[in-house]
Amino acid sequence: MESQLKVLWRYFKRNRLAVGGLVVIVIMFVIAGSASFIAPYDPGKTEVSMKLKPPSLQHYLGTDQLGRDVFSRMLFGSRVSLSVGFVAVAISICIGILVGAIAGYYGRWIDSVLMRFVDIMLCFPSFFLILTVVALLGPSLFKVMVVIGITSWMGTARFVRAEFLSLRERDFTQAAKALGVKDSRIIFRHILPNALAPVFVTATLDVATAILVEAGLSFLGFGVQPPAPSWGNILTEGRTYIFDAWWLTVFPGLAILITVLSFNLLGEGLRDALDPRLRGRR
Amino acid sequence: MPERNFSLRTRTLLLIFPVTFLILLLATLIFEGYQPHPRVNELIISSIGDASFLNPILAQDSASSDINSFVFNGLIKYNRNLDGFVGDLVESWKVEDGSEPVITFHLRKGVHWHDGKRFTADDVKFTYDKIMDPKTNTVRRSDFELVKKAEVLDSYTFRVTYKQPFSPGLATWGMGIIPKHLLENVDINTAPFNRRPIGTGPFRFVDWVSDEKIVVEANPRYHEGRPGLNGIVYRIIPEAALNEMEILTRGADYSGIFPYEYRRMTQVPFLKVYSQPSLGYTYIGYNFKNPLFEDRRVRQALTYAINRKEIVQYVLYGLGEVATGPFPNQMWYWNPNVKPIPYDPQKARQLLAEAGWKDKNSDGVLVKDGKPFKFTLITNSGNDTRRDVGVLVQRQLRDIGIDVSLELYEWSVFLNDFINLRHFDACILGWSLSVDPDAYEIWHSSQIEKGFNFISYRNSAVDRLWEEGRREYDMEKRKQIYWKIHELIAEDQPYTFLFVPLAISALQNKFALREKDVTGEEGFHEIKMEKAGLLYDLIKWYVPPNKAVVER
Amino acid sequence: MRSFIIRRLFYTLITLIGISIISWVIITQAPGSPIALTLDPKVSPKIIEQMMKNYDLDKPIYQQYFLWLKRLFTGKLYSFKDGRPVMQKIGERIWNTLLLNLVAMLIIFSLALPLGVFSARKQYTLLDHLGTFGAYLGISIPSFWLAYVLILGVVKLFGYPVLGMRSFATEGFDTMQIVMDRLWHLMLPSIILAIGGIAALSRYTRSSMLEVIRQDYVRTAKAKGLPEEAVYYKHALRNALLPIVTLLGFLVPGLIGGAIIMETVFAWPGIGRLAYQAVLARDYPVVMTINTITATLVLIGNFIADILYGIVDPRIRYG
Repeated sequence: MESQLKVLWRYFKRNRLAVGGLVVIVIMFVIAGSASFIAPYDPGKTEVSMKLKPPSLQHYLGTDQLGRDVFSRMLFGSRVSLSVGFVAVAISICIGILVGAIAGYYGRWIDSVLMRFVDIMLCFPSFFLILTVVALLGPSLFKVMVVIGITSWMGTARFVRAEFLSLRERDFTQAAKALGVKDSRIIFRHILPNALAPVFVTATLDVATAILVEAGLSFLGFGVQPPAPSWGNILTEGRTYIFDAWWLTVFPGLAILITVLSFNLLGEGLRDALDPRLRGRR
Repeated sequence: MPERNFSLRTRTLLLIFPVTFLILLLATLIFEGYQPHPRVNELIISSIGDASFLNPILAQDSASSDINSFVFNGLIKYNRNLDGFVGDLVESWKVEDGSEPVITFHLRKGVHWHDGKRFTADDVKFTYDKIMDPKTNTVRRSDFELVKKAEVLDSYTFRVTYKQPFSPGLATWGMGIIPKHLLENVDINTAPFNRRPIGTGPFRFVDWVSDEKIVVEANPRYHEGRPGLNGIVYRIIPEAALNEMEILTRGADYSGIFPYEYRRMTQVPFLKVYSQPSLGYTYIGYNFKNPLFEDRRVRQALTYAINRKEIVQYVLYGLGEVATGPFPNQMWYWNPNVKPIPYDPQKARQLLAEAGWKDKNSDGVLVKDGKPFKFTLITNSGNDTRRDVGVLVQRQLRDIGIDVSLELYEWSVFLNDFINLRHFDACILGWSLSVDPDAYEIWHSSQIEKGFNFISYRNSAVDRLWEEGRREYDMEKRKQIYWKIHELIAEDQPYTFLFVPLAISALQNKFALREKDVTGEEGFHEIKMEKAGLLYDLIKWYVPPNKAVVER
Repeated sequence: MRSFIIRRLFYTLITLIGISIISWVIITQAPGSPIALTLDPKVSPKIIEQMMKNYDLDKPIYQQYFLWLKRLFTGKLYSFKDGRPVMQKIGERIWNTLLLNLVAMLIIFSLALPLGVFSARKQYTLLDHLGTFGAYLGISIPSFWLAYVLILGVVKLFGYPVLGMRSFATEGFDTMQIVMDRLWHLMLPSIILAIGGIAALSRYTRSSMLEVIRQDYVRTAKAKGLPEEAVYYKHALRNALLPIVTLLGFLVPGLIGGAIIMETVFAWPGIGRLAYQAVLARDYPVVMTINTITATLVLIGNFIADILYGIVDPRIRYG
């Protein structure tokens, strides 16, 4: 019998788009990690006499309004985008799993109360909430991550709860209970591993959303603060010079697009591969 | 896998919506091409923000002030050189010196409100009373705090008595006058009047579509004569790039423009670009509560280390001047003999060394008593210029061994949590000043606790001079006082005075000044930039018929 | 059914109150103040204090909350920013936002459903792959970036005005031109607003269709000899509508949130923009009211979705 992972990989491989996404993401990570080595210039080095120069052999992606090399800034900016995505989602998954597991396992009034709480959170137009909090509490990379995290756990919670509700009635759970195993152990050692599959899918898709949200916040001026580079704020700073310096708009936008696209493709690919019903007749 | 396609019926049902939508899209695209925009003899001004109160005593933002200047008048106004006053709603006035100076205003007769009622001294008294009423949410009250009493002597005479000599007082009577008969029995803070004003000014209010436009039309009964223009439309265009597009497609006639747009605008044949030093300056303020900035040599060194010329050249595209002191350049109270501190990093290092800051271990960082020279520079977000200045200053200071971290905060947070609480090391800010030189609130030591002297600057000689300046009515003597203040403050460098930016605007060249010369002949003259602003002669603006543009 | 409705209404009310309290706490506890938004040296601190009193800002926050609530219902709620009645400010803009969202929804449904259905029918063909890729592209594009690029493209190419709800100086035009002009201004922002939704919904439609196709009852219907058309159109599509209805519930808050960026970029006079400006100006009455109204709309939307759910699927019964 093939291991579960190998089976998963076999189905996943068939989806060429998803594989493409995975490849791009890996490349992004490599770039982000080695940014200090690859970058031809110090991303913060201002050289005002070289301001707003178009892409050339010296500056692959041109320079910004203070003469800083856009290519180097983009390389370092990838760190911001990726880390925001991952940390925010990590936070949201932790909260989501906790809430969903407790609601799904214990059921009844605990479930009602928790789900009511989820409903309340869902009612807030999340972008507006994030914007409010970040605008008022002061922007910083960390705050942005935390706020995105605590406003996007609801989807995960619902999924996990659904899984728990069904898995709770299964034989192995009943057996464990009969044996007197502690609740928390049952939740974490027995049920959770089986419930995790959809969580991976949501997580990947949420990373994509988180990156978009960060870019949106930067666009409105509340993302990562200068002089630290992020794709979102290169885009924002370049907005003013949109007629003079198209490269400040096109490149960061494309970078965001490609990264987000890759995460979405990966997530969808995972979902298709994990879903036994869609494995089809081919 | 099912092979056959959908039947025609299902296909039609499914496709009917997208196809309709695409047809609509194409149709609107085509229709949009055929729209002429006929406009004759009207001025279209574009603005980034919407107005809030069309009431001169309540308004604080520039959009409201702009409209209020079309719709209302004050008692007096500045002359075109900003060095004296002319009567607006008054024919003449008299200032009597003394320990309790008195100003007697003789109001113009025959001035009417836009609704036809007569303007009288009662309206002036009413305006004053409303401003002083604590229930009115106005910020203008401080201007009139030194007024002992204000009286109506008769319908056209108004007398103000001050508690003590206060020379900036005269200028405060440029405040727009509001009508008593319309506002006396309502809560002024929420009155619908603020949305549909009635004034005495050259233009009457017509309409205000929120976030879109404010329209005013010529007042044919204006006391200086009917304005040449038929009306003004004040359009709200919040995005700079799109504002530029509107100007280029003649959707806006007059607009303030940014330095980076200057070059492009000057190359457009139908636009004239005007610029002049603005009434304010941008600066870095050092918090005297921080021991780092106690020593004058350190502050001077910081100014030596910052290449202000480069900042003006690259951030402002050369459209500004280096500032030397607390007064905007070119004003009568600005001291031209105070020369700007040049960019000299060597000198900076030397001064810092004198103050005890040395690079002990050659790692590029200055230290004194084991502590490195490190501070945080804050400014508000949303201001590209200040952000770029911050980044440049950060690097320039790093070059001489000072570690500066830059932080941007949203404006309200910036004000309330940092500036007002005096919780900062250094900040980048700008002052937008009034024409009168008195800046007591910014510099006097009594203003350290709760006023605008948030850097906690103390200099008793300077304090005395500010107090004298407010009491002196003679302009020549005042000039000497302020020149001296300029010298002393420049020596102290409590701020690094960065620059005075040029205020730049673009105007369609179809506008001209229509004036009758001595023989009564009508002539058209070019609109010139006055110290008091391009719109100083607004009522004379006119679009000569041959220049009217009747296409997009 | 009736007890279900009553229970739901009760929960909705509680949720609403919860939301308003949470909003209030966030907004008032956050740093910044509605007063003294300009750094004008001529404004003395005494005046600031006086104005704080005038705005009731010196009272404890729970008292201010009840004042807000009371004024909301007695119609005496005024904005800090310009002294106008809050409901008036909202009233003149909310229809603009709703219009934008409605048109966006229409576009989403009219384009996504056919796309999803055709994609499912022609699974694994070129059309499907193109559609899939396009859909992914759609949900990955940063909307403000696309908006900017499109606006600039249109303006540079055609020279058409794009900002706002209508072109400037169109008062004298005849009705047809006015209608066309308004429609044009609606197009760009609602299309961009719709892109994400089209992508998501078409994918969802496609997978629901695929899932249903494989269900037993479809096979049974085919085995019974019913023509293909009947099979697909009647059974598959109708059953695939179930999850789509649920999706509706989530689409609405998403659209309202996304509208902030679109409204800002296109200078569309809607409540998204009003809310954003109000947050910056710490205009508490306006922010609170908008939040509450938005939450109410969303809750109503969910409620209707749930009822529709019950109608569409006979298996689900409440009570």
